[in-house]
Amino acid sequence: MLDTHDTNDAVIKISSLCKWFGQFKVLTDVDLEVRKGERVVICGPSGSGKSTLIRCINRLEEHQSGHIWVNGLEMTDNIKNIEAIRRNIGMVFQSFNLFPHLTVLENLTLGPTLVRQMKKKDADALAMQFLEKVCIPEQAHKYPLQLSGGQQQRVAIARSLCMEPEIMLFDEPTSALDPEMIKEVLDTMIELADSGMTMIVVTHEMGFARTVANNVVLMADGQIVETGPPESFFGNPQHERTRTFLDQILKH
Amino acid sequence: MQDHYHAAPTGRNKPRSLHDLLYSKAIRTTFYQVLMAVAICALGLFLYNNVVDNLTRQNIATGFSFLGQVSNFEIGEKLIPYTPRSTYLNALMVGLVNTLVVSAAGIIIATVVGFMVGIARVSGNWMLERLALTYVEIVRNVPVILQAIFWIVVLRNLPPPKNAFVLGEFGFLTNRGLYFAAPASTPVHFWMWLALAFGIVACIIGTVAARRYREVTGRYVDMLLPGLALILGLPFLVWLVAGAPTEISYPVPKGFNYVGGVSISPEFTALLIGISMYASGFIAEIVRSGIQATPKGQVEAARAIALKPRFIMRYVILPQAMRVIVPPLTSQYVSLIKNSSIAVVVGYPDLVNIGNTMMNQTGQAVEAIAVMMIVYLGISLTASLVMNLFNRFVAIKER
Ligand SMILES: Nc1ncnc2c1ncn2[C@@H]1O[C@H](COP(=O)(O)OP(=O)(O)OP(=O)(O)O)[C@@H](O)[C@H]1O
Ligand SMILES: [Mg+2]
Repeated sequence: MLDTHDTNDAVIKISSLCKWFGQFKVLTDVDLEVRKGERVVICGPSGSGKSTLIRCINRLEEHQSGHIWVNGLEMTDNIKNIEAIRRNIGMVFQSFNLFPHLTVLENLTLGPTLVRQMKKKDADALAMQFLEKVCIPEQAHKYPLQLSGGQQQRVAIARSLCMEPEIMLFDEPTSALDPEMIKEVLDTMIELADSGMTMIVVTHEMGFARTVANNVVLMADGQIVETGPPESFFGNPQHERTRTFLDQILKH
Repeated sequence: MQDHYHAAPTGRNKPRSLHDLLYSKAIRTTFYQVLMAVAICALGLFLYNNVVDNLTRQNIATGFSFLGQVSNFEIGEKLIPYTPRSTYLNALMVGLVNTLVVSAAGIIIATVVGFMVGIARVSGNWMLERLALTYVEIVRNVPVILQAIFWIVVLRNLPPPKNAFVLGEFGFLTNRGLYFAAPASTPVHFWMWLALAFGIVACIIGTVAARRYREVTGRYVDMLLPGLALILGLPFLVWLVAGAPTEISYPVPKGFNYVGGVSISPEFTALLIGISMYASGFIAEIVRSGIQATPKGQVEAARAIALKPRFIMRYVILPQAMRVIVPPLTSQYVSLIKNSSIAVVVGYPDLVNIGNTMMNQTGQAVEAIAVMMIVYLGISLTASLVMNLFNRFVAIKER
């Protein structure tokens, strides 16, 4: 029996999480709860540990102390737990990380066929369905490097969705894109949010945070400084650190 | 069609006057290349005439007519018909076939072992990584000729046939050779091999055609199953049609030796193990660096969709690493083929070994060496060519 834990109605619960890279402490006592269907935007200065935090959630990084529960299942060193949790969490990276040797369709069906053991025909159908959702079904048989950045990122989103996860993590999904492509990716993400997906998004797109987030989190020096709904986070920030950060980022 | 708009102008901008001709880049380049070729040919001709002059003055025969003379020596291991009454050309063919066989087997073994050890080097398992590293350092750093001698010594120290190492009824290991049970020889086997070769060629053509078809029409044809069916199914079909012969031939002691089954000589085995282990060390390092050249993000993306480590290796890392692996792999194959020429130290009758005997008997060193050099050049260039084609096959599509 996998050890479960009552996390009330939080699908993700993180408590007093600490992480070191060697001697360097990247995360200090991070607490965070995300309920089903909730959208959390994490922002903060470069090097504050945003990526590290969300990478701990699907164990692309190992934490040294504290706890992470996903749907009541604790993320530990147990391979079964890691796999079960990863199947349930999609992740989108800043640099897309599509598999360049596979066609778009093959990128999308790799997980469903190998992990979910779907038939190829069903996986293809599922993949086409998600490609339509991200508006590029006509690119199915191209290779990733033949697509524009915005298209690649939408393929990456579709690839995650093909695992039909309950939770999606985004690590600066638009930072590597030209301005005219940012919108198409953000639109895809907004549509996803509207469909009720639980999302944690690291981004500097404050417009997206304002319209989509239920909660905005500011991280600095490996700690969560401020958490709140967008109205109060942007309208009436409680901490000096938040104010200076917002000043800097909104000046542009 | 609408392609008119994009069609490139058909003729190049051709030079019109003599002045243009003199300064045309294309003509200049060609001119220098022709000049170079002529110079090289002249030098070659000069050297050749010189050697021929010297040899005739010393009353040494020249030319290649000696290849038709009777060889008068026996060859221990031959895969094509040959007796001491055959010609030197025949003897050379025996040597060539032996070289090809040991090289082909060596390439297969070196590749399989090299990939396994290379993957073990980055497996993340401390014990396995150390073992693989130790293996690599030993086989890479001991001269290949010493390794071949080491193995021939080991094999020669096996017990004699009458108290052989017995592997059930399936095999006997002796200092005269290794004997194994095998399907009894029938002419059907020849046709099965032919069917296999045919199937492989058909599979390659089919895969290329499927890829073209997809590029043109966007429709995807999975060639994995049809390909396997061609490669394995054709020989199987031939076997069935021939009445499915299932007889097994077991090696049986007879006199001082064994009859039946297949036998592998100590010389062949020692040379094979020597050259393939030596190459496998280098191949392991090539594979390791290819794997490590795959960006970290690729593995992370694969982990994020919960792929198991062995699937990540098989479907994400290796296909990308192949791009980096194939070119240096080619040069390992070529050097393995050339390394097979150390056969003489273990007494395996390869091309060089036989060529050497022929040279001593006829005294026509220049011609004998020229023949061997040209043959090795041919084999190596063929191997490179095949690998270059393969490389194009694994290359990644970009815009
Ligand atoms: N693999 C690693 N080894 C050592 N240090 C690391 C490693 N990854 C990140 N760090 C360090 O940890 C700190 C937090 O990194 P992280 O990538 O989480 O920051 P971030 O908030 O995502 O920054 P950015 O906005 O630039 O992406 C940084 O100081 C970084 O240099
Ligand atoms: Mg980051």
